[in-house]
Amino acid sequence: MEKDEKIAWRFMDFYDTKRTSFYVSVKCLYLSVRQVVIMSGNLQPTKAQILKNLEAFKNVDTPEKKEEIYVHEVYNKISAHFSQTRYKPWPFVQQFLSELPDNLLGVDVGCGNGKYLSVNKKLYIVGSDYSTGLIQQARMLHKDEESNDILIADGLQLPHPDGIFDFALSIAVIHHFSTKERRENAIKEILRVLRFHGKALIYCWALEQEHSRRGYHDGMDQDVLVPWVLMKKQKKKKKNNISSIDKNKSEASDKKDCNTQNTESGDNVKPDTKMRYYHLYKKGELNEDCAEAGGK
Amino acid sequence: MKLLTTNFVQCAVKSCNGSEKSYPLKYEDCQLQLEEQEFKPAFIIAMLQRINWQALVKVAADLGNNNLPAEKPADVENNEALLKELHTLLIETQITEGKMVCENCGHIYYIKDSIPDFLLPPHLAN
Repeated sequence: MEKDEKIAWRFMDFYDTKRTSFYVSVKCLYLSVRQVVIMSGNLQPTKAQILKNLEAFKNVDTPEKKEEIYVHEVYNKISAHFSQTRYKPWPFVQQFLSELPDNLLGVDVGCGNGKYLSVNKKLYIVGSDYSTGLIQQARMLHKDEESNDILIADGLQLPHPDGIFDFALSIAVIHHFSTKERRENAIKEILRVLRFHGKALIYCWALEQEHSRRGYHDGMDQDVLVPWVLMKKQKKKKKNNISSIDKNKSEASDKKDCNTQNTESGDNVKPDTKMRYYHLYKKGELNEDCAEAGGK
Repeated sequence: MKLLTTNFVQCAVKSCNGSEKSYPLKYEDCQLQLEEQEFKPAFIIAMLQRINWQALVKVAADLGNNNLPAEKPADVENNEALLKELHTLLIETQITEGKMVCENCGHIYYIKDSIPDFLLPPHLAN
């Protein structure tokens, strides 16, 4: 487990957009393979299944709908399980927060279950997320804390006045927007609410990660679907004979589009695969998007 | 939602940004709850420097508190009684249920189980 939890990053630089003087530190991450470890191998969707899902994804006609089905709905469904696996702050984000002066005001755009909200209790952080499910998890975990608050909001329409925050976090969020324009607008929106000389820390997944288990690499399609397997416990139904059909349960979902499949009755535990959309950032691309967002 | 946070939020509709009527939001039918929190005077002093006092006075009045002075108090460092009052107001006061109304576009946002929801319906999203 320990070595799988280690996340490497490829580059790190503070980026001064000159005209606006926002300092944006952008970093690309290799995908964490921790979520793979907690799933048993034969429950993972096959390559063919993922391709089929990707085809369905590409046929959805608007970026908003794509994100609705392949990001928002997924996070709402997996929120409880996802939250159980997202309690440990990444060291570099922890370091960023720990080194900030006391009593600063920050915003965490796409805060998920809020694992960065209480890393440094001398700050006040307003965390927001599109996913109601994840925000409910955040509320549960951070209910009694004085150093933060949470709200449900769209990263493209943040409910904050211009220039009020000393710093902003956006950790593993921007890659969920499904067009370049929307990703740039999401960065613009973060810069809008940041004060002059404010600092933003933005992380997205990297494309070039040949040596990771998922094997994403330069030259491949940057728009990918990443599976999340939930083990769903189901109620026993008295009328069904459940003894003999259980063993083939993992194959039952093979032919289906995962995010729209219905669960079948009869099993005690069955895998339920959800596909999340990611845009994998190429080397230098996040820097370009930040320049585009901050330079105008 | 802590009362402090009301000072940092406005209507999420893009065309309302910059309108004096979209900030602060108008708070209606709110239920409040006091949650005891550790008193940190340095934090209150730092927040006070950045707080939009007029907005705070207006929101406090929406919630039934008309005791705040019209101008931001100066020299708070040695006024522990005032700092404690502000601590209770800003950090310990939770809005658990209620409505936030934009006085520019009229859109109503809801607070449920202490969580304000700023997602917009498609016709208001750009």
